Amino acid sequence: MSTVDIDIPPQAGAPRGSASAEPRGHRLRLGDPIFRGLATASGVFLAVAMVGLGVVLVIDSWPAITGLGTKMLTTVAWSPSTGEYGALAALVGTFLSTIVAMIIAVPLALVIALLLVELVHPKVARVVGTVIEMLASIPSIVFGMVGIFTIVPFMQDHVVPWVLSTPLGKVPGIEPGPNYAGGGVSVFTAGVVLAFMVLPFITAVSRDVMKMVPQVTKEAGYGLGSTTWEVMRKISLRYANSGIVGAIFIGFGRALGETMAVAFLIGSVFTALPHSVFDPGTSIASLIALTFSEATDKLQISALIELGLILFVLTIVFQIAAQAWLRRVQRVTGGRA
Amino acid sequence: MSAVAETPQAPQMAPMRRRSVTGRKAADLVVKVFSWVGALFGIAVMAFVLYEVMIRGLKAWNVAFFTQTWPLDPMSTSGGMANAIVGTIIITAGAALIAIPIGFMAGVYLAEYGRNGRVATSIRMVTNVVMGVPSIIVGVFAFAILVKPLQHYSGFAGSVALAFLMLPVMARTTEDILNLVPNELRESGLAMGAPRWRVTLRVICKAARGGLITGATLAVVRVAGETAPLLFTALSSPYWITGLFGSGGYFGGPVANMTKSIWDGAQSPYPHMQALAWGGALFIMVFILGLNILVRVLFQRGKEW
Repeated sequence: MSTVDIDIPPQAGAPRGSASAEPRGHRLRLGDPIFRGLATASGVFLAVAMVGLGVVLVIDSWPAITGLGTKMLTTVAWSPSTGEYGALAALVGTFLSTIVAMIIAVPLALVIALLLVELVHPKVARVVGTVIEMLASIPSIVFGMVGIFTIVPFMQDHVVPWVLSTPLGKVPGIEPGPNYAGGGVSVFTAGVVLAFMVLPFITAVSRDVMKMVPQVTKEAGYGLGSTTWEVMRKISLRYANSGIVGAIFIGFGRALGETMAVAFLIGSVFTALPHSVFDPGTSIASLIALTFSEATDKLQISALIELGLILFVLTIVFQIAAQAWLRRVQRVTGGRA
Repeated sequence: MSAVAETPQAPQMAPMRRRSVTGRKAADLVVKVFSWVGALFGIAVMAFVLYEVMIRGLKAWNVAFFTQTWPLDPMSTSGGMANAIVGTIIITAGAALIAIPIGFMAGVYLAEYGRNGRVATSIRMVTNVVMGVPSIIVGVFAFAILVKPLQHYSGFAGSVALAFLMLPVMARTTEDILNLVPNELRESGLAMGAPRWRVTLRVICKAARGGLITGATLAVVRVAGETAPLLFTALSSPYWITGLFGSGGYFGGPVANMTKSIWDGAQSPYPHMQALAWGGALFIMVFILGLNILVRVLFQRGKEW
């Protein structure tokens, strides 16, 4: 069977030289297999490269994994001179700052998503949504700089002294520990800035799942005389419930690995656990960022790469959980997530 | 067994409660106000960041900033970011050269060939997961495969790290955009007897041109502001890049770049270094937000916001 090789006009009616429609006769057809091969190879390369990333991390952190064992996860130490490394402080700092961020970002993201979906004209929602989406494109280092030069002094001079002067200041977890450094550079400040960095992601996913709530269900609610808030609380939020959990997972995974802004703000205390959110600490990512280029000791480099591996595994677990969850939601509710 | 089990269980109904209309309306109003305050707060934070960077950054913008190299002496009050600007452009362009073709072809594979097959599904899954991997880990990876074995930092290692971040984004956006092209277009192309690759490139990609350009631009813009992957790959340098090879070249040694210079400057105790960092932050932000807005305006098509 012979086919004719022709140029296809790109769109109906688009002007194009008609000469190209002439048959060119028989020819060995290598174009298709080559193109298909290239495309397949690229696709497979992508997957292999991503898996390779994990493999390389394991290989390069092997000396630390075998040399330090579980001490890496259970001790607080970071001393190239004695060769002792333990990531407990970094793990605690990472989770603590992420939790602070989520406590601020989740409610904020939810009310914004409600506004975008239910309350305002779609045109307004589009503008507001775009501005909030733009927050996501501001580089991490810029957040870090604004954080260190303006938010840190503000926290130190106003917010933290005020909180500590109230009865709350005596609550364990808020009452400053021995490393307290004025509260400006602290786990809390890092969490606050992180919150605004993950806000766009949580807002976007929550908005999408809230949009999946069937219009008829909501109209039924209004038909019974419900107010907008009642429809939101008893219908929309309930319906979108599990989707919102997925959104929170995605935000959590992002916040865990945020590096530059946290490195500026969390305070680089590698060898002590933060006693309170107002104490300085460190996070996995910022510990890597701050010490990697000066590390000369082989074990230290390996330990830092192991930290990377730990973070990698953590974020992947969160990603997989979020995606599996969102897929399930999509199946159950039949919408797009 | 108790004797009370006489009637079949009536469906559990919440007891009717009388609530005042005013109370319900008040609750409604409160929530609406909260939503508005929340959204305005989000916008205010955005505006505050822009304002802060603008005010401080503009002060640092002068001729020297755009023509001179990073000062060797931290106490000096001259110097600029010209070498870092050039370096960032080169490193980012290198990343784009690696990631755009491979990412595009991978996207073509997922949309046109793999579709819902097992291979494509697993590739898609891996890509989705890796899109959430922190950029610092990609930096560690590039360090492990390029810097450690070769015993020197290089701009190329930085490009590879950035390319790694771009690849999954590029592949998934390409796939999403190609999937928007109606199947009839594919079918009519094939029915005309054109080979598959030609239909893909000349018909489908042509139809999806706007989206593809937007996707690629946004993928590049996304990595242009990354710092973490460059910290221990491209490192930084107070000198101009000298070419491809040799200790000052792209493959041979550290290459100055904006984000690492901003990081160094911001940590410096000297006001002039901090000023340079602000100037750099403004530059990179204008570049990123500008391109972001530009492609949105040029190729606006049914974005879901």
